[in-house]
Amino acid sequence: MSVPSELYYTKDHEWVKVEDGKATIGITDFAQHELGDITYVELPKPETTLSKGNEVATIESVKAASDVYSPITGTVDEVNESLDASPDVINTDPYGEGWICTLKDIVADDLNTLMNAEQYEAFLKEEK
Amino acid sequence: MSNYGFVPHGSVDLAEMLKTVGVKSVEDLYAAIPEELRIKKLDLPEGVSEYEVSKRLSALSKRNDSNLVCFMGGGFYDHFIPAAADAIASRGEFTTCYTPYQPEVAQGTLQTMFEYQSGMCRLTGLEVSNASVYDGGSAVFEAAAMSYRVTGRRRFLVDGTINPIYRNMLESYAANMNFEFCEVPGKDGKADKEAIKAALDKTVAAVILQNPSFFGCVDDYTDTAQAAHEAGSLCVMICYPLSLAYLKTPGEMGVDIAVGDAQSLGLPLGFGGPYLGFMVTTLKLARKMPGRICGETHDKDGNRGFVLTLQAREQHIRREKATSNICSNQNLCAITATIYLALMGKEGLYEAAESSAKNAAYALKKLTSVPGVSATFSSPVFNEFALTLPCCAGKVCEKLLEKGFAGGIPLGRFFEGMGKVLLVACTEKRTKAEIDAFAEALKSAIEEVK
Amino acid sequence: MKLIYEESTPKRRGVIPPKSGIECQTLVPESLRRKEKAPLPEVSELDVVRHYTNLSRLNYSVDTNFYPLGSCTMKYNPKVNEQIARLEGFTSLHPYLSLVPGGPEKVQGALETIYETERKLCEITGMKAVTLQPFAGANGEFTGVMLIAAYHKDRGDVKRRRMLIPDSAHGTNPASAMMAGFEITPIPSDPKGWVDLKALEEALGDDVAGLMLTAPNTVGLFDSNVGKISEMVHKAGGLMYYDGANLNAIMGHARPGDLGFDVVHLNMHKTFSTPHGGGGPGAGAVGVKEQLVPFLPTPRVTKKEDGTFEVGVADSTKSMGHIAPFFGNFCVMLKAYAYMLQLGAEGIREAAGLAVLNANYLKAKLQDTYKFPFADQICMHECVCTSEWQLEKSHVNTLDIAKMLLDRGYHAPTVYFPLIVHEAIMIEPTETESKETLDAFVESMKEIAKITETDPEACHRAPERTPIGRMDEVAAAKNMILKA
Repeated sequence: MSVPSELYYTKDHEWVKVEDGKATIGITDFAQHELGDITYVELPKPETTLSKGNEVATIESVKAASDVYSPITGTVDEVNESLDASPDVINTDPYGEGWICTLKDIVADDLNTLMNAEQYEAFLKEEK
Repeated sequence: MSNYGFVPHGSVDLAEMLKTVGVKSVEDLYAAIPEELRIKKLDLPEGVSEYEVSKRLSALSKRNDSNLVCFMGGGFYDHFIPAAADAIASRGEFTTCYTPYQPEVAQGTLQTMFEYQSGMCRLTGLEVSNASVYDGGSAVFEAAAMSYRVTGRRRFLVDGTINPIYRNMLESYAANMNFEFCEVPGKDGKADKEAIKAALDKTVAAVILQNPSFFGCVDDYTDTAQAAHEAGSLCVMICYPLSLAYLKTPGEMGVDIAVGDAQSLGLPLGFGGPYLGFMVTTLKLARKMPGRICGETHDKDGNRGFVLTLQAREQHIRREKATSNICSNQNLCAITATIYLALMGKEGLYEAAESSAKNAAYALKKLTSVPGVSATFSSPVFNEFALTLPCCAGKVCEKLLEKGFAGGIPLGRFFEGMGKVLLVACTEKRTKAEIDAFAEALKSAIEEVK
Repeated sequence: MKLIYEESTPKRRGVIPPKSGIECQTLVPESLRRKEKAPLPEVSELDVVRHYTNLSRLNYSVDTNFYPLGSCTMKYNPKVNEQIARLEGFTSLHPYLSLVPGGPEKVQGALETIYETERKLCEITGMKAVTLQPFAGANGEFTGVMLIAAYHKDRGDVKRRRMLIPDSAHGTNPASAMMAGFEITPIPSDPKGWVDLKALEEALGDDVAGLMLTAPNTVGLFDSNVGKISEMVHKAGGLMYYDGANLNAIMGHARPGDLGFDVVHLNMHKTFSTPHGGGGPGAGAVGVKEQLVPFLPTPRVTKKEDGTFEVGVADSTKSMGHIAPFFGNFCVMLKAYAYMLQLGAEGIREAAGLAVLNANYLKAKLQDTYKFPFADQICMHECVCTSEWQLEKSHVNTLDIAKMLLDRGYHAPTVYFPLIVHEAIMIEPTETESKETLDAFVESMKEIAKITETDPEACHRAPERTPIGRMDEVAAAKNMILKA
């Protein structure tokens, strides 16, 4: 199970990366594996303002529909529209092409409440 | 042992099975229920034989008048039903199976569902049908709830000429959902398009129309749908499926969700059910639609087959986040409707719709020639129309029943100020002789009431 | 098989509708008509009959196969009931007859049937009144929780926003409660599969509207604390909701009303033998205790002093309104009524007892082969086992076992439900199956267990003898081909 070291993680298995004041979010390798073949992603509308923990997207596989919660507070900037046509990218590349959206006007302090890679890996072990 | 053979164990089997389980009697199996909460016997009569049941129910059925000539409609119509529709749909393989959760042994149900969805799309001119919901009224509610999920808005503009019982169901179902239903009074028996346009704004989730209206009047709502879209709202239309073989379709008008009751497609009136709620929408909105949907796919060897799909939205997976609590549908009724559509076919259904409309045209002319009777509205009608009588329509209705006619629906109970209005419907089953006799009966009924 | 649309030939006719002989123009102007005729099939009557008859033969059904689908009560559906539901004296009745002046006189037989069905269900459930309006179980649930909401609202007790639902409940419970405007508080199960009383105690408060309980619960166990639970919930001011999905286990032995429940819904297509129809039409009666009667849906059938029946004169100012336009799925109710008549008091009780016996018999015969998480308790009408032993040993899971059963001519049990049991296999034989059928099923289950060890690959390949193989559900969800 891949857990890139430069990202921050939530207990609901979302990841977030902050660069130049913007956050990119997605779901982890573990999450995509649990969901199985992803068939649809309901993306947020740009300019939606979100508090940490708000629902930002819904991911559907054949047997499950799972909500994605925003790891931090911010406003939706860009959404990954390519997921409309090929949602399965989240299965193959959850940390790269499978990103869900970016947030602007973020509250960077929220990062302090998240896990780093090391902590997330320990969390996954515990979960098992 | 009892009067019925539905429990197969003889005493030998019973003793052996109890021994295997390790109890002395069947009663012992109920030890988990505290004894003081158990009962020894229900206060019901003892059972009777199959023959006796049959005789009793047959006698009860004869205490209903099944010889009335039917001019009642109001959303439920006395259409012709070919014998083959029920004969095939009532096969045990269709009736005694459950929801097709094991597709390998349910292709009969699944392919028929797929054909049903195809038929409903072809009739409505829309793109995605679910495999049915309970009835027309619950379908209207589901369309409202779906519009909320799509738009995030909670206000609805409801045309004042939709079925008044559906209007009530909408209120009952949504009582705790914080929805607001604003009625836009109708105009000349159908939706007031100008008033709806004027009332549309960014707070409206959907406009809810009915075509033909409850009063039977038809119109083209293309511009209403367009106005709704300009306000970011949806356009929901309650339809009468058989009429769609003849009338401009919701698809042609740009409607987003077509709903209603498909009783007209091969289901008997049956004192209210089971009927068939349908729901058809655009591809864009498909994932927001509740209910089961069947989709085409293939097995591991590439053979075409069908499965329930988009199930992730349903209650057994989503629980409190499901798009609806709907669990079962009216599958067997949908199967009957599918077989009905195939039996009637392209020409047959058109003819049934056209004949119904022709009979209504003749009946309207004939009945308005009765002294004191006039058409309530001047809008064009399909197979149903409102008549203003010179006296209380309820009393006339009562007299007509005595003369052997289910002569229509008196509207006083449903609409204020309509105490003298009778809603009359025709189907392809009505004959010239029946309509002529009905006109005579109406004439004398009015005279008797006056 | 081809689709009916692929069998179409231009201009071929099926059934010819009647003609009235009236020749005139319709009143619909050209501009309000559809541009082209609806592209429906163009096939002969025989084409249609053969097509759908052949399609039907691709189904497993109770009439053709043992169908031990847990939680669904797939018992035999007596044929006489089908005949009764097709009597012209019932099928030809226009429902508005119940609502127009002079109409009820023309439908006395139908009204009496409704009234009598309600009375019988009152006795079976221990309730004061029953409505037959709900279209199905979930619709009945919704009606029931709306009644609870209406009751609290009427008393001005508006802070009761929470509905307690055990985690073993059917998914419809939380979905229905949400639609009725409640927030859901899940209550965990204890290791015995019962409601965790400590968790319940903690969850109770003056904002609790009620508790929804399935009894026997969804793991097929009867929670002996039910009386205590009722007491706790009532003490906190909440009402008890009985999910009747599993009434088949206890009818005639215990009544929800006596167990402390205030509202109950019944699934007529389960307990009262109306056929499931591949997913409906069902029918979902709802019964209530005295304090909820005023809120029941309208219209209602009442009996007059002279023994005749009328519609809707009962005080309905507090009524929740229409759940169905008329009397729900009336013709389905007819079948349930006929079933109750034929069984009678003793037959109803006997049916439940034998349903429970059959389930315990299967459990006793299978518990050396499959892991039963609650092996030490007598189960009710269904038993839940898991494939955990097989999964551990040879990586064969519940889905594989289900598919292996299909190859042996059995419909699979309910799988992966209840959610609280890992890799669940939920078996409900019902009372209408013979010992021979059960024994044969046991043999198949044992044979399958053996194959999981000797040839696990074969398990993943199954089914191989069904009309079609394992389906690509991912492709279905992605491609979304939903019509022809």
